[in-house]
Amino acid sequence: MNELAERALNVAQLHGASYADVRVVRRERQELAVKNGQVGKLAMDEEQGFGVRVIADGAWGFASSSLMTMAEVERVAALAVTIARASALVKGEGVKLGPPEVHVGSYRTAVVRDPFAVATEDKLALLLAADEAMRRVPGVRVSQASLEFLRETKLFTSSEGSRVEQVLIESGAGLETVAVGEGEMQKRSYPNSFGRHQGTAGYEFVEELDLVGHAQPTAAEAVALLKAPTCPSGVMTLIIGGSQLGLQVHESCGHPTELDRVFGSEASYAGTSFLTPEKLGTFRYGSPVVNLTADATLPGGLGSFGYDDEGVPAQRAELVREGLFVGYLTSRETAARLGLRSNGTMRADGWNRMPIIRMTNINLEPGTWTLADLIADTDEGLFVDLNKSWSIDDKRLNFQFGTEVAYEITKGRLGRLYKNATYTGITPQFWGSCDAICGPAEWRIWGIPNCGKGQPPQSAHVGHGTAPARFRNVQVGVMR
Amino acid sequence: MFGENELRRVAEQVLAASQADETEVLILAHDTQLTRFADAVIHQNVAERDQALRVRAVIGRRTGVASTNDVTAAGIAAAVQRAADIARLQPESPLYLPMAAPAVMAQVPARIEATAACTPEARAQGAGAICRLAQEAGLAAAGAFSTEERELVVANSQGLWAYAAGTLADLNTVIMGADSSGYASRTDIDVRRIDAEGAGREAVAKALQSRAPRDVAAGSYPVVLEAYAVEEMLGYMSYMGFSALAVQEGRSFLAGRLGQQIVDPRISIWDDGLDATGIPAPFDFEGVPKRRVEIIKEGVATGVVYDRQTAAREGKESTGHGLPVPNTMGPMAGNLFMAPGAASREELVRSVGRGLYVTRFHYVNPVHPMKAVLTGMTRDGTFLIENGEIAAPVKNLRFTQGVIEALNHVIAVGVHTVLGRGWVGGNRAPDLALGEFRFSGTTQF
Repeated sequence: MNELAERALNVAQLHGASYADVRVVRRERQELAVKNGQVGKLAMDEEQGFGVRVIADGAWGFASSSLMTMAEVERVAALAVTIARASALVKGEGVKLGPPEVHVGSYRTAVVRDPFAVATEDKLALLLAADEAMRRVPGVRVSQASLEFLRETKLFTSSEGSRVEQVLIESGAGLETVAVGEGEMQKRSYPNSFGRHQGTAGYEFVEELDLVGHAQPTAAEAVALLKAPTCPSGVMTLIIGGSQLGLQVHESCGHPTELDRVFGSEASYAGTSFLTPEKLGTFRYGSPVVNLTADATLPGGLGSFGYDDEGVPAQRAELVREGLFVGYLTSRETAARLGLRSNGTMRADGWNRMPIIRMTNINLEPGTWTLADLIADTDEGLFVDLNKSWSIDDKRLNFQFGTEVAYEITKGRLGRLYKNATYTGITPQFWGSCDAICGPAEWRIWGIPNCGKGQPPQSAHVGHGTAPARFRNVQVGVMR
Repeated sequence: MFGENELRRVAEQVLAASQADETEVLILAHDTQLTRFADAVIHQNVAERDQALRVRAVIGRRTGVASTNDVTAAGIAAAVQRAADIARLQPESPLYLPMAAPAVMAQVPARIEATAACTPEARAQGAGAICRLAQEAGLAAAGAFSTEERELVVANSQGLWAYAAGTLADLNTVIMGADSSGYASRTDIDVRRIDAEGAGREAVAKALQSRAPRDVAAGSYPVVLEAYAVEEMLGYMSYMGFSALAVQEGRSFLAGRLGQQIVDPRISIWDDGLDATGIPAPFDFEGVPKRRVEIIKEGVATGVVYDRQTAAREGKESTGHGLPVPNTMGPMAGNLFMAPGAASREELVRSVGRGLYVTRFHYVNPVHPMKAVLTGMTRDGTFLIENGEIAAPVKNLRFTQGVIEALNHVIAVGVHTVLGRGWVGGNRAPDLALGEFRFSGTTQF
């Protein structure tokens, strides 16, 4: 692996690259799913390859291959330089990376129990038991339980002298139940939407979720939703649970603070951002209780690592301080345009993708309330949680979310269950209406294992630390 | 690329190494290049070559799957062993089906040498042409121009051998002004038909036309949807409802409605993987030849697509829409066509009288799949139509609308169609004029 990487750097520089880096990546992924009592997926996937990123004639080039031979390394490194020279036909002022970043080190996810050492029979037995518990609930049409484990081994070397080795290990699990009847289809998930909850952790992450213990209540609520009244419409107070709030942070804070998006790199695909550079340090993003951070150093978060894919060490950075917009997610190149140093958020989805700015763990810092006190303090409103529909405009202002569950709050107590709840708003107005956030005891990092961005498409694994929070005057109920 | 002979050698090596009762080899190989530009700079220019080998081993009624992109002898042997080891851990499956039998595959001209041979310089020239057009108009350009060559093999121990090669070229651009934007895209198997300048001119014109947008209130409006928007809507209809599994599980908007008139008689939708005006593929991931499936014919729900598992459940034959087995997704209609009409874009605008004109949608997602309700934003050119003409640009709106309900209010169907990349193939759709479309919110630009 080392020889291949060194050779790639040498060949790239011999062909005229002024900067080069090489990533050699090996991924092992085990996926297990039980659906309706049958094993629907049991696969062990392995892939490996390398990517060479260069600057030549002031422009970027990137080439990659899965063939791990010296001849292929030489072909790919030369191709990366050829591509960079083609890029130079449309290069503007040329790439400026800022001061050199030279880091030598290693990082390995801390795990209690290696998930790849746990017997597959035990994993299947867990899923079959959880699935059976869901199917015992009358009215359940589809039940699904799943596990995923990932081990990524990465080597990063650069022509500036960086050399970083990392082993990242992830574990994830989840339940999903679909009930059909009464002309309706309703879904309930546990503990998170999007199929599963995931973290950089070992098998202990799965054990702590107690899938079997949560299977019956999850399924029962899916069935109960079939007969639940439709969520009323109106402007009301909303308490948003941690899982849904994680996606709210993701869409309305995480993405708009990506500095490559701000500079237009995503304009033709996922859009740009309302958080333009002149707003940095002056724009009121939310109320004074709102503090948002990017923190890749948190143990267990799905966006935790040792170094990003430019070899920059993982960091904690402020994005919103007491409601004021104060920071971006940056790369070396984008940070340099603002006279800053990278805060280490460049990541690539495997060996065959060029790194782009990705969320790490984007967190709503905890407040001081308990959820029980927050509900008791709310005269009228709704408690909503777990996402089932999401959409936001291409500057990240107008959003609309649907949630799996909504509970009426009346005179400080949870009341009826409602189905088909949706809410909508404009990002800074919405965060400006946040008046209470629950404390550290209810704060948790939610893992989203499928954040899409980039062309060619890249899927990132990101985390969001949240606790339930309250928002005033939110528009609820827009579906008919 | 690797070529049929090399991939046959890999497949035969897998089949020879496997001791399982049945073995299937799936190979997805591709050579992909993409040039991405923004603000008159190519900021990403990439090339990738990969071959993903997937081995499915069946022992008794137990199935194991392993995949790798290491196609050395050692890599192949390890994947074969892993698949067998996994199969032995499984419980017996009552859903077991013997692997697909050999079949005659249609020959579809899907590989164009000019696309396979496209250079980074040619893509950079396309990007440069668009950037120049934008700069001349005082606007900024962003976009991506990609070309790819891909090969798919499905082979199994029953003697099945299926090989297909194809190419694809895809260009999209967004042109931006201070308060406006425009969009254009081109997708074709032949890069020589990708007219970068034409796309640039289309997007620049839209960006100029959409300057100084005015506010418009949310509410129900008649609309003209450009084919870009309809194509995206069509893809989501497939995702929510065109699969036999979605119908069998009762979560499709077509469940219990087959044979019924569900939309306007001017709407017909079918799936045809052999139509060279789409992105053709002669067989699916189970090695079953693709058949044309009429999904909605003159407004009547007539069918859904099947893989081998969902077909067996109903005593039918697969229509050739299977994803890699086993999976929990079910089949997927990925080569969809919506029948064009005869109306020009001007005639569509005239037919609406007063309403809104939508270039494309952004961030669409299902809100209620069983009712086919989608939400999303308009983007890159939204206009007010008054007196049968485009009257003024307006700020973008959020829609929340049942698709089936909307397709019951067809005013006219356009003659112009576009091909867009889908999740597993490509879909072609026309412009539409609809009598009622619900916009549930507004935004600030």
